[in-house]
Amino acid sequence: MTLMSYYVEGKNHMSVAGLSFRQVSKRYGRVTALDKFDLSVEPGEFVTFLGPSGSGKTTALNILAGFAEATEGDILIGERSVVKLPPERRNVGMVFQSYSLFPHLTVFENVAFPLRLRSVGAAQLTDKVREVLRMVHLEDFAQRMPNELSGGQRQRVAFARAVIFDPPVLLMDEPLSALDLKLREQMQLEIKRYHAQIGCTIIFVTHDQGEALALSDRVAVMREGRIAQVGTPQEIYDRPNSQYVAEFIGRTNLFRIGGGSGRWHIEELGMEVAPVDGVDPQKTGLSVRPEKIHPVGGGEEGQVTFDARLTQVIFQGDHVQYEATSPNGAPLIFQDHRGPGTRLMQSGDQIRLGFDPGDAVPVALDVA
Amino acid sequence: MKLRPILWLLLPAAVLLAGFILAPSLDLFRASLFDPDFTMQHFQRLVDRGVYLDVMWRTIRVSLIVAVLCTVIGYPVAFFINLQPSRRQTLLLFLILIPMWMSILIRTYAWIVVLGRDGLVNQALAALGLAQEPVQMLFTSGAVLAAMVQILLPIQILTCYAAMTEIDFDLIRAARVLGARPRQAIARVFVPLSLDGTLTGLVIVFMLSMGFFITPALLGGRQDTMIANLIEFQVQRLNWSFAAALGVVLLVLTVAMIVLLRGAGRLLARRVLKGGL
Repeated sequence: MTLMSYYVEGKNHMSVAGLSFRQVSKRYGRVTALDKFDLSVEPGEFVTFLGPSGSGKTTALNILAGFAEATEGDILIGERSVVKLPPERRNVGMVFQSYSLFPHLTVFENVAFPLRLRSVGAAQLTDKVREVLRMVHLEDFAQRMPNELSGGQRQRVAFARAVIFDPPVLLMDEPLSALDLKLREQMQLEIKRYHAQIGCTIIFVTHDQGEALALSDRVAVMREGRIAQVGTPQEIYDRPNSQYVAEFIGRTNLFRIGGGSGRWHIEELGMEVAPVDGVDPQKTGLSVRPEKIHPVGGGEEGQVTFDARLTQVIFQGDHVQYEATSPNGAPLIFQDHRGPGTRLMQSGDQIRLGFDPGDAVPVALDVA
Repeated sequence: MKLRPILWLLLPAAVLLAGFILAPSLDLFRASLFDPDFTMQHFQRLVDRGVYLDVMWRTIRVSLIVAVLCTVIGYPVAFFINLQPSRRQTLLLFLILIPMWMSILIRTYAWIVVLGRDGLVNQALAALGLAQEPVQMLFTSGAVLAAMVQILLPIQILTCYAAMTEIDFDLIRAARVLGARPRQAIARVFVPLSLDGTLTGLVIVFMLSMGFFITPALLGGRQDTMIANLIEFQVQRLNWSFAAALGVVLLVLTVAMIVLLRGAGRLLARRVLKGGL
């Protein structure tokens, strides 16, 4: 039994709940910020809304938190429809982009804030605040003011404050964007650890694809108010369904398909590949990730191979980023992960490259 | 002496203050103590005659009442403006600024038109049959208070508003999503964060009230005389040294009260912040 049951409306609550967006739309005048957004999240799942600014990810989060009203559609947390409830009755935790710690309250009072509103008794409150501060390693900072903390510490206070009342759902709005790279990576690990520890459902909003891939059980890639693709990080990366997703997550080589009904002709490489059933070649491209392309000696079984000339060598330590051009001038990128026996090639080298046809993913081309 | 280059930026202001504030103030002190030889007689007279102590106490009391009234009326107005869409905010602030473009003298005379024997209020009362005789409103303490509050209110509204616009709206959202009803979010987050600016406004209004002269002179009776009125009276009778002593007292009282108010305010703020409202 969690502390929740002592004070939330006198009922026993499950401490973890799933949620679902049902055809949620948000329109501001003529602008559609969110367009029939439909998504179900399992209890305990870590789902990231990933997209550039204006893609609707923050709108979806604001509607879920109760800061904005949906023009139409419904949102369920657990079994309960929440669209008509004010934010304070939705019982969700939230970590804000700028942390939004109360500047006039100590760390202790910031973290205790949700419990004070729920009239938790003094002894229980102190115990619970201590427990949560211990979890985020800030037990010695209870009497500090927020402006006396570093960015990472503020982040952890914001997290502690958001989870202290055992909300079934935790929302995180670009929580790491204000931190520098090193700290960001460290906080990613911590968030993962807390998630494992607490087990609540997390909706995480970010524009950083690396963060999304590292943290999430599933990623919803957003575009212009809609979900472009939803899936596990691996699905999203390895099997993007569109040029947009393929190019937003990591980098890719995108080849256009020419020719008629028979074999597909890849113009950029001057070669043909077997067609994929049920796909319209007019609206489809082939996406090949840079790390799937590698130099070949010649005659590898089943590989698609072609000539290229290196134009740029970018040494990255653990890997090398190569840029090249195909015989008819199309730009290519590929990576070499410096396995045993590989050598560094030079710009200007003529080489033969290849990839496994299975690594060429048909993706819907953006309508120009 | 070598000054860091950045300090040169302060030079014009420093010269101005030294020449036109500091020097005259010192001269004021001198004039109050030398007549022409050193004497305490002017201060002695201030203490000996009860009427002067009465005026000092009244000046402080009226200024405090005006500052508190401006705060009680101004804070909700600033809060209201802060809630409006931004274009309407600009319009409302503009409306509040307009009276500040008029001289205090004119605004005080306007009150004579409103409160006089044949003024707007008396006409309205007579028309409604609420009063047979014109009600005496001019030359009362109430008239002085009303006019002073009206004249100083924009300052408190603007100061409160400035403090409120500094508050990050996400803090209110955070309070809400963490479980606060709108009223709780205001009491626990918004009010504490606007408290400091509000206290600053209160002190400014108090300070300005302490030196008020025209309004009590035109709208008040003998019983509403404030220190500034006494000074003017003594200057007219060419009692320079006594006027200077009154000036010194006004200055000292004002500074002392500001220190006291700020201290009390800080104490109050700490209690509010600790315990919530």
